[in-house]
Amino acid sequence: MKQEVLRDVERVVLKLDVNGERTELLLPVHKTLLEVLREDMQLTGTKHGCELGECGTCTVLVDGRPELSCLVLPIQVEGHAITTVEGMADGAVLHPLQQAFAELGAAQCGYCTPGILLSAKSLLETTPRPSRDEIREALAGNLCRCTGYSKILDAVELAAGRMT
Amino acid sequence: MTSDGKFGVIGKPLQKVDAVAKVTGRAIYADDMLLPRTLHCRILRSPHPHARILSIDTSAARRIPGVQAVITGADLPIKFGILPVTQDERALEHEKVRYVGDPIAAVAAIDEEIAAAACDAISVEYEVLEPVMSIDEALAAPKDERIQDYGGPHNIHKLVALEFGDVEAGFAQADHVREDVFFFQGNTHLPMEQHSAIATYVDGRITLWSSTQVVHYVHRALSKVLELPMSRIRVIGAAHGGGFGGKTDPFAHEIIVCKLAMLTGRPVKCTLTREEVFYAHRGRHPVLMWVRTGVTRDGLITAMHFRTALDGGAYGSYGVASTFYTGALQTVTYDIPAYRFEGCRVFTNKPPCGPKRGHGTPQPRFALELHLEKIAHDLGIDPVDLKRRNFVMPHTRTVNWMRVTSCGLEECTERVMTASGYAHRDKRPGHGMGFAISSYLSGAGTAIYWNDMPHSEVQIKVDRGGVTAYCGAMDIGQGSDSVLATIVAEELGLQPADVRLVTADTDTTPIDLGSYSSRVTFMAGNAAIEAARKMRGMLIEAVAAKMKCDAAAVEVAGGRIGDFSFQEASVLAEGRFGTLISAGSYTPPKLAGPYKGSGVGPSPAYSYSACVVDLEADARTGLVKVNRIWIAHDVGRAINPLLVEGQVEGSVYMGLGEALMEEQAFRKGLHKWPSMLEYKSPTFLDMPEVETFIVETVDPEGPYGAKEAGQGPLLPVPPAVCSAVYDALGVWIDEVPVTPEKIVEALRRRAKGEPARFGPARFPSIPYPTAIKVEPPPREMDRAATSSI
Repeated sequence: MKQEVLRDVERVVLKLDVNGERTELLLPVHKTLLEVLREDMQLTGTKHGCELGECGTCTVLVDGRPELSCLVLPIQVEGHAITTVEGMADGAVLHPLQQAFAELGAAQCGYCTPGILLSAKSLLETTPRPSRDEIREALAGNLCRCTGYSKILDAVELAAGRMT
Repeated sequence: MTSDGKFGVIGKPLQKVDAVAKVTGRAIYADDMLLPRTLHCRILRSPHPHARILSIDTSAARRIPGVQAVITGADLPIKFGILPVTQDERALEHEKVRYVGDPIAAVAAIDEEIAAAACDAISVEYEVLEPVMSIDEALAAPKDERIQDYGGPHNIHKLVALEFGDVEAGFAQADHVREDVFFFQGNTHLPMEQHSAIATYVDGRITLWSSTQVVHYVHRALSKVLELPMSRIRVIGAAHGGGFGGKTDPFAHEIIVCKLAMLTGRPVKCTLTREEVFYAHRGRHPVLMWVRTGVTRDGLITAMHFRTALDGGAYGSYGVASTFYTGALQTVTYDIPAYRFEGCRVFTNKPPCGPKRGHGTPQPRFALELHLEKIAHDLGIDPVDLKRRNFVMPHTRTVNWMRVTSCGLEECTERVMTASGYAHRDKRPGHGMGFAISSYLSGAGTAIYWNDMPHSEVQIKVDRGGVTAYCGAMDIGQGSDSVLATIVAEELGLQPADVRLVTADTDTTPIDLGSYSSRVTFMAGNAAIEAARKMRGMLIEAVAAKMKCDAAAVEVAGGRIGDFSFQEASVLAEGRFGTLISAGSYTPPKLAGPYKGSGVGPSPAYSYSACVVDLEADARTGLVKVNRIWIAHDVGRAINPLLVEGQVEGSVYMGLGEALMEEQAFRKGLHKWPSMLEYKSPTFLDMPEVETFIVETVDPEGPYGAKEAGQGPLLPVPPAVCSAVYDALGVWIDEVPVTPEKIVEALRRRAKGEPARFGPARFPSIPYPTAIKVEPPPREMDRAATSSI
């Protein structure tokens, strides 16, 4: 019986706007945005740490606001602009945040980096010159186990300075 | 290096060689890989902490459409384990389970949901046994049966007892003797990336990509369990999402995906869930400690007796080494003329403990630093002063035969004292500052298993003007690839980005023992220098012949060798010597003392750290807010100061998490909080500003004088936090994590006239054997300490 339940899933056709590209997909309705990005769209830059909305690793932007892609169903974001880390650079030119993270060693293992970059991007769009405490507040939902956060704060400040 | 002794790239804060891949999401981690026709694997795990398996029925699981293979312990019966003396694990257990999470069966299916459903359809009949959940229970006679069939008595895994010098005479000379008991709670690595592995089996050869810290040890375990020669197995380290020691053992899922790939003829992938990662563990041992020290009136140590009891969990893992480590490095920071160490590791029905950043040494460091602090208070001496009077000196031998070479303890202490203003601190209730020091290995002096191979080898190939360096070392985010590229670039007058790297691939790279014990910069670095200098010699010789000058006159710098570009020089050299390859290797000097167990602790060099923590502690709520941390770290030489700072800051962060909140605790065999929300770790909001000072002592044996950076700076943070809490509120919290409840309880006890302390009341009675007496090294060895025994 179990196998029939598993196979008999409802599928929907969705048009997703990811990094400015519109893609039509046939998806099981219960599949999370995180799974669809990684498994159906090969956008493996978005990582996962818990799949329960606890670690911030899978953060993407929906209309410029950070969302945990492990808690979002694609059907909720149809028609909205989704940005993943693959959409940050302008062609081969890194986004100033990416550039600053690279220069200052803000990415060690790099696994939390895509999510943190996107949270920071959203912050700088609303608050171009954030204080160090404002950066802490904005990134508090993103865990990192390598850096102790210091170099990340430095990198966001550096990028903010360069962008304004 | 140029002829005037200036470095080209060493010591510069250069961008990591893989930085762009990491910031663009293009680094490929194991779970990002999906080969054509990949099957997905899920593992059925034990729901009981201790049980005998009576039967396993997989027939219903096999009938589920989409299931390609189901395996149990009968398919993988050969035992493995990281240490040769404790080969006690099976990839799948079919006789007995020893912790909740012990793997029992595995399924390969066309998708993960079907694999999970098939696991649910496997029925296992258990005979539930009484679990053993604490050190005290493990020391007593088991109610049902022992967890493991080796070790003992009862559930004791390992007992050690060593005595260096005349301890009784040392205590007899003391003016003051003090005893204390401390407890360091276990905690886990919590890497952001869950463990993941994907295997293929084609043409009789296994290829495994895994999130591991040591491709070589996985390679060995696969060969043993799968009964395939190592030449038929290839292990490749995928981009690594964080280890901290937690991916240093060979793991069941790595073996399982290989076996399933062999059975199905398709690639098989397994990524652990976050909950499984908490149960995979191999993290910090909970350690109960008793320490007794004799001192003179002036605070000079005359003798020390240190006892430890480690709660090891269900399997051996690195536990024997961890046990020795809880006694090995006390002498490497303080001059202890007579020293007795008794250690004990027990088995309990919990996930196995193993190595976490600092492996076996943060716990005794915590106890030792606080114990000396208390002795200073007894004697009315400033604690920093008392510690300084006992600092080891550079180029000495410790009583337990550890060779100390460069030692920047004094300079590190000076730096944090000055910067923090500790001596003139604001002494008001609720505000406190604490000081502590530490030391750590720059790589273990002996390998995990006995063999005559070098600990690291590097090969270099130059052709068509390009340089490629090959090394088995695994970059786990600390930047070991960048260090290798920097060293090769330095010797060849290039930039790190000019060096192509092939690392952590058992087919194409020579041996390196991997990323643990802070060994890569020191060992692979020295191997890289040797290989690069041989290559440089060939390039110079070819250029000198062409220039008709002396080789000594050929300058190597700025992408040029003498009058030629690097590319032209490489063509000249290839014409002269044929294919341009060179190799270098590093074997640490034989440093172990003349006693059993001396293999744990020796290192070719020790790093040193000093730390000051400034915090506010609220007497009403027990809440602690850390204002600032100053840390100075003697790294010998910073190959790349940016990476060193990153390692030091990351260590401080992890130490602060262990000090204040992280706790791997169990209830009836179940992890109390196996999720990233409930297992508290510091967020951006918890982390104070950290002021880092790099101290360079230029070690005689390190590459360009470099030592380790990634572990030592964690160690002083927990004791410095506790010392600051005492400074703020006048109560001792003798165990970590220092939670608000413990502070409030200690204050309540003080108010009732009880000792102003929270911590373990007693140390259990443990049947340690009679200590093996070891003569201290001869005094004349002190001066000749840079040579090996």
